[in-house]
Amino acid sequence: MNRNLSDRKYFVIAIFAIVCIIYLIRLFYLQVFDESYILSAENNVLRPTIIYPNRGLIYDRQGELLVYDEAAYDLMVIPRQVKDMDIAEFCRLLNISDSTYGVIMKRATKYSRYKASTFLAQISKEDYGYLEEKLYKFPGFFVQSRSLRKYPYPIAAHMLGYIGEVNNKEIEKDSYYRSGDYTGKSGIEKFYEHELRGKKGVEIVMVDVHNRNQGSYRNGKYDTLSEAGRNLYLSIDAKLQAYGEQLMLNKIGSIVAIEPNSGEILAFVTSPVYDPNLLVGRVRGENFNKLASDTLKPLINRAIMGNYPPGSTFKMVNALVGLQEGVLGKYTSYSCQGPASSPIRCTHNHITPLKLQMAIEQSCNPYFWNVFRSIIMNYKYDSYAEAFNAWRGHVTSMGFGAKFDTDIPFELGGNIPTEETYNKIYGKNHWNALTIRSLAIGQGEILVTPLQLANFTVVIANKGYYYPPHLVTAIGSKDNIISPFNEKRTTTIEERHFDVVQDAMLEVFEGEHGTARWSKLEGVHICGKTGTVQNPHGDDHSMFIAFAPKENPQIALSVIVENSGYGSTWAAPIASLLIEEYLNDTITRKHIEKRIIEGNLINKD
Amino acid sequence: MRQRQNIFQNIDWITVLLYFILVLIGWINVYAAVYNEEHQNILDLSQNYGKQLIWIGTSAFLAMVILIIDAKFFSTFSFVIYFLIIAMLIGVLLFGKEIAGSKSWFQIGSFSIQPAEFAKFATALALAKFLNKIDLNLNKLSTKAIAVAIIFTPAVMILLQHDTGSAMVFSALILVLYREGLSGNILLLGLFVAILFILALLINKFILIGLLAANAILIYYLYKGLRKKLVWIIGIFILTAGYVYSVDYAFENILEPHQKRRINVLIGKDTDIRGAGYNIHQSKIAIGSGGFAGKGFLKGTQTKFDFVPEQSTDFIFCTVGEEWGFVGSFVIIILFLALLTRIVLIAERQRSKFSRIYGYGVASIIFFHFAVNIGMTIGLFPVIGIPLPFISYGGSSLWGFTILLFIFIKQDSVRLELL
Repeated sequence: MNRNLSDRKYFVIAIFAIVCIIYLIRLFYLQVFDESYILSAENNVLRPTIIYPNRGLIYDRQGELLVYDEAAYDLMVIPRQVKDMDIAEFCRLLNISDSTYGVIMKRATKYSRYKASTFLAQISKEDYGYLEEKLYKFPGFFVQSRSLRKYPYPIAAHMLGYIGEVNNKEIEKDSYYRSGDYTGKSGIEKFYEHELRGKKGVEIVMVDVHNRNQGSYRNGKYDTLSEAGRNLYLSIDAKLQAYGEQLMLNKIGSIVAIEPNSGEILAFVTSPVYDPNLLVGRVRGENFNKLASDTLKPLINRAIMGNYPPGSTFKMVNALVGLQEGVLGKYTSYSCQGPASSPIRCTHNHITPLKLQMAIEQSCNPYFWNVFRSIIMNYKYDSYAEAFNAWRGHVTSMGFGAKFDTDIPFELGGNIPTEETYNKIYGKNHWNALTIRSLAIGQGEILVTPLQLANFTVVIANKGYYYPPHLVTAIGSKDNIISPFNEKRTTTIEERHFDVVQDAMLEVFEGEHGTARWSKLEGVHICGKTGTVQNPHGDDHSMFIAFAPKENPQIALSVIVENSGYGSTWAAPIASLLIEEYLNDTITRKHIEKRIIEGNLINKD
Repeated sequence: MRQRQNIFQNIDWITVLLYFILVLIGWINVYAAVYNEEHQNILDLSQNYGKQLIWIGTSAFLAMVILIIDAKFFSTFSFVIYFLIIAMLIGVLLFGKEIAGSKSWFQIGSFSIQPAEFAKFATALALAKFLNKIDLNLNKLSTKAIAVAIIFTPAVMILLQHDTGSAMVFSALILVLYREGLSGNILLLGLFVAILFILALLINKFILIGLLAANAILIYYLYKGLRKKLVWIIGIFILTAGYVYSVDYAFENILEPHQKRRINVLIGKDTDIRGAGYNIHQSKIAIGSGGFAGKGFLKGTQTKFDFVPEQSTDFIFCTVGEEWGFVGSFVIIILFLALLTRIVLIAERQRSKFSRIYGYGVASIIFFHFAVNIGMTIGLFPVIGIPLPFISYGGSSLWGFTILLFIFIKQDSVRLELL
């Protein structure tokens, strides 16, 4: 037994020897046989270069290119490889001062002496050409190509959004990003970041001490290809968008135009606007600060972030609720004492008593007070609160009071007050129709966004349903239709109740006393409604909603011009011109167009 | 006692010489790995090579002390030393300092000490002491259990410090048990388990279990003599299937992400050479670029440009490979083989069972470090952070290995006193 055990030493030594032999074979293979590991004696080093993919392109509904990529270059540095060089010449070449060089170098060295960090970002093509010739003199520096967003038309900046360097939070959340990468920060660029960004690749090249490229390492065995981002096809009509922005020149407000039978947004204007090309490249930071400190707040997208009381445009909401609840009929008539009316005065001059259609057309306040009162004091319900909740249910079914949550980031939801709101203010059972009467004419606690208002117009045009408004129709190729937003939402209002509202809205243009009769367009039946919204901060907001043609609605829109007075003065003609542009492709009423474009409501004093 | 006058007389100078050559090679390569134009003074204590000189000096002192101390000291106090180290391992868990994710260091002034490095020789001593008992039968279950407990208690404590590499070292002591009579089948079983482990990671678990089932059926029909042992075949099949399943589960749910990635890199499932595969890829480039004769002392580029991380500690072999080429790698491997063989041969000439067992412990521990460390740098092992004995930079490690080896040299030098 003992003899046998002593023999086990041979086995143990054999294990040692076998492992050593395996390692020697492996080392022979690595060091002698496989030549590809032998880098040349001139201190060749490997340099992994990230190949940034082209970001997806963005097209409008006609196939017009709205956003594309243009090459730009980042100058990178690996501090450890920087050798003695003519710093003065280098700085002259880059047009930076010696002290800037010191600061950047220090930062880069602090990050890592061995890993590449950005020395100077986003060098233009022209500067790059010049730099490339001289780069051999500056070991340790190399250029990595990037791309910058370019916008052939200076339109739709807010909707398209912008891209910017990722911050630490974004890097933590998504391991795809490395410091210095770009990501969509707002608008379409943000929402469709995953589709647009594509996939980065890595190319490993060998460089010698003179910073010269010695070709790809191991024939690209370890390289990965980059994948371009996917293209986006927007529902936006660039021409309409541009025209809308032109009409809103020197005015504050917004326009939202939607195709009623699809929910596709045709124009998404906010004013004041800025050229999207300003927020690109090295000038971005400076321009961004300039825009951010502008008192007119051009960075705000008023179409989704502006919360306005809907004013008279809301009367149709109450009319529809009244009709649906059975407390209002087409022929219900109320009398109006004009300015002497109580509790809400009427500012319009019209016959009395009047029926529903005339009341909408003339925007009669007392009439809608009576409608609202009958909705809230409905014997069908046990309490005012219950009747109020029924009202609220109808209103929210039309898209008010909540975000649509489609592909538009940073959207606000507006506000439709709840029972609790009033219980809190007045106490439970201590409020009634009279207490909350301002809701009758779209004032008070109600707030809507221009997008919601446009969507409401869609509801009227479609007689009771809508598709959530959205911006992107297809991804990748034009036929690759995305469908998450093509889901029909039906309101609680039956189709038959819409005729009288539509007829009244037609009269707004066509009627003898219609509030928008000056903006009538020959040959097209436009339905519309003015709103003049009282506003505690200044002059009334001019508001208008419209859709056309009445028989077969192609476009529905909302227009808001802040602090400009009557709805009929500014918002109505703007809506009418946009409809003409969209349906007829030409503008015949040049005098109106001229007045609008030249109208400067920002510096009116 | 008559040998007292000349403690150096019976020392095995071949082993001592091998030790000094390896330490010297280590220092030269640590110097090369950290070398840069700005710091050229070899005594510069701010640099690893400067500090390593101190470690070498103190190690020589430790070696001297061990050679002077009575040899019986270590056999007598084996368990005391073992339990002291266990106490230190517990202490480090409670009061230790966390470095790079492992809570395994005591900070004393500006120096840190890693008790795990000393647990190795202590465990080898304790194991030798335990197996030293006369008429011990290693095939008895209770004996096996105690031996395994001695080996794995420190291993588990070290595992709790998140130092997986050092903990794994203790498994090498199985070789000692084998030499002392543990059935060779257990080694075979270990090999089978290891192969199954790798297969479980490589192949979809359902396919693998299917293959095992097919194998069981095949055995049943081919070996008629085994028919009666159907229960056994089924039992073994269920056991292996369960093992495969739990490996898969453990890999997915228990291993930490970085460990998972390292294994994936090794078995080729992960080829991200900028991510988890970076170390190993750069290490292979560095070694591979050395060619046959190497780039020459201080001429290495890969190891100096910090392409290879941990270049003076765990990845020191890259510097050897790059600057000294295949010739240098060959020399190192042969030196280790010579040292290991020498230790085993010396162990076999011991009259005392204690010394022999301890000698095997020394050989297995050094062998495990050597095999895993070099295997890792040439891409044959997952990245497991354990040092290359005598070569890697690091005080605790050099001290630990010096103590480990010189206790054995001392035991050997007094072998003739025992009758």
